[in-house]
Amino acid sequence: MSKAQQVGQQVLNWVDDRFPLTSTWKAHVSEYYAPKNFNFWYFFGSLAMLVLVIQIVTGIFLTMNYKPDGSLIPGTNVSVAFNSVEYIMRDVAGGWIIRYMHSTGASMFFVVVYLHMFRGLIYGSYQKPRELVWVFGTLIFLCLMAEAFLGYLLPWGQMSFWGAQVIVNLFASLPIIGPDLSTFIRGDFVVSDVTLNRFFALHVIAVPLVLLALVVAHLVALHEVGSNNPDGVEIKKNKDPKTGIPLDGIPFHPYYTVKDIFGVAVFLAVFTAIVFFFPNMFGYFLEDNNFIPADPLKTPPHIAPVWYFTPFYAILRAVPSFLGTQVWGVLAMGAAVVLIAFLPWLDRSQVKSIRYRPPVFKWILAVFLVAFIGLGILGALPPDGLRTALSQVFSVIYFAFFLGMPFYTRWGQTLPVPERVTDTNGRRQMIFGILMLVTFLGAAIFAKLV
Amino acid sequence: MTKQFRRFLAAVAFLVPVAGFASEGGVHLDKAPVNLRDVEGLQRGAQTFANYCLSCHGAINMRYNRLQDIGLTEDQIKANLMFATDKVGEPMKVAMQAHDAKEWFGATPPDLSLIARSRGADWLYTYLRGFYRDDSRPTGWNNVAFDKVGMPHVLWELQGIQEPVYKTVKGHDGKDEKVLEGLKLVKPGLLTQVGENNQYDQHEFDKRVGDLVSYLVYIGEPAQVKRQQIGYGVLLFLLFILIPITYLLKKEYWRDVH
Repeated sequence: MSKAQQVGQQVLNWVDDRFPLTSTWKAHVSEYYAPKNFNFWYFFGSLAMLVLVIQIVTGIFLTMNYKPDGSLIPGTNVSVAFNSVEYIMRDVAGGWIIRYMHSTGASMFFVVVYLHMFRGLIYGSYQKPRELVWVFGTLIFLCLMAEAFLGYLLPWGQMSFWGAQVIVNLFASLPIIGPDLSTFIRGDFVVSDVTLNRFFALHVIAVPLVLLALVVAHLVALHEVGSNNPDGVEIKKNKDPKTGIPLDGIPFHPYYTVKDIFGVAVFLAVFTAIVFFFPNMFGYFLEDNNFIPADPLKTPPHIAPVWYFTPFYAILRAVPSFLGTQVWGVLAMGAAVVLIAFLPWLDRSQVKSIRYRPPVFKWILAVFLVAFIGLGILGALPPDGLRTALSQVFSVIYFAFFLGMPFYTRWGQTLPVPERVTDTNGRRQMIFGILMLVTFLGAAIFAKLV
Repeated sequence: MTKQFRRFLAAVAFLVPVAGFASEGGVHLDKAPVNLRDVEGLQRGAQTFANYCLSCHGAINMRYNRLQDIGLTEDQIKANLMFATDKVGEPMKVAMQAHDAKEWFGATPPDLSLIARSRGADWLYTYLRGFYRDDSRPTGWNNVAFDKVGMPHVLWELQGIQEPVYKTVKGHDGKDEKVLEGLKLVKPGLLTQVGENNQYDQHEFDKRVGDLVSYLVYIGEPAQVKRQQIGYGVLLFLLFILIPITYLLKKEYWRDVH
């Protein structure tokens, strides 16, 4: 041991006597044993973490120049808030790249989180003993939706203003407390400077704090029970008798750290291609109308939420109003999100992974996926007769998928689950490729036809 | 018929068929010839903008001296483009107050900093070339892309005067309806002319509007050319350096996992 190493060791010992540094590192990273058969779907957890960091860091720099002020610049129709965003885009050194990273990051957060959730769905990652991992995850998703909604008001463009107006008004449809509740949320009778100020506060500090705490809880719970894998095999059941290390486990560091760094590099290629070449993403990441300053007197003809809310927005619009109130759509939309949290108790299957589930489950899952993507497309379009009818069919499928789960997960014959994890193979990769292609093509054709 | 061929016919046949209409009220938009690397075109656009737009529309997010991006010096900017202020670091404001403007025009003329991002270049290109005489309007002008627009045809001295051409079609209820088919130039302007066989040529005017639209696209996001330039570098680095290296690193570390 060299002199420098000795000093380093002494410092580390000094810290370890006072703080569990080495033991924490070991428990969560270098001696956290993860199954060795993670596939493509397992990149999205670490990528969500990456996007979270991107959002926090770019967000810090944005707040240095953004002004949550709805008042108009004298002699113009442009507000201080709207103008400050353009100030960042033009006059702040590197401002445009920071802003585009933040706006692209918001959408990419949902891309990776939706894929991460879908992974959980197909491999049964929410089943015993990972129920709390899933519940914390659902709460993170909920927080993320709140965070995105609050942040979308800040540029104070037409879509910011009217989107917030529509969503806050939803609360007004609740019985008895509704009208007062929506006024309480806005802090005013219409969306105004007061609303902008409080949304700013909630967006930059309140929700991010909760989000970070939930992410810690999500990870601590995960590391307590251990990661699931594409086979749904519990690797802790097969330990090396001498070392006590799972036979199918490998230390997270360095194996999955290097693997995830590769995932990060690929993700960044997609992310930067958007940031540098398609920051608007054809109106899906940054809406055209949001480049018009907010005007409380001019309602845009078509108010569409950003793409990541459209599946739930489509459910909201699909439910007709009856008994003289529109509250049913609002309740349905809320239920659509809350139901996700109950997945661990709705699924009664004996096996976790889709690999060993009976064909009936695969078909039902495929139909659910079609309905969810279909709702997403329909929610972005102005409603008409056919679209509303389709949204209603898809909404019924959405709820049937969750509520029917206690029954249909017991149907059919499951395949025997192997003792040890299996590797991916050419056949699985081919099926995966075909399914991806069918999904994208199908979604594109559906969007074109409808 | 391809679009190019139709446009070719347009140049020859004094109609501006480009302003054809889709059946359900959506306007057919012409493709704007946007070129952000044509510095001279952008400069012509800036000049047109200062001469014809800036008296009523501001571009509050755009500072005059930012135009150094498109190859102008501060002295050139001061001498040719600045009428409302003498400070070259000022944003392009209008002298007119928003509430006065509202009284005069019925609506405050929108700020144009981001108009290309909200409306799109093609819409602007169609709109700026789509004014026609309509005596029922207070200004005497209407527009194919923006029915009952409050703005008069400020470029009329360049384009001249267009009149509408109507055709009669059977409406949904079986009755005859008069619908706008296209526009016809009846009096040439500075950039349009009478050619052979009494045909009007709008080519130069279209080019000037193209320059103006390019300029509007540029002020919508002055950093966009630089953004793409940096983007190529970043993508090359990721695709040819970082991704291969991290892939090999992963392979190397995973050699002993079976």
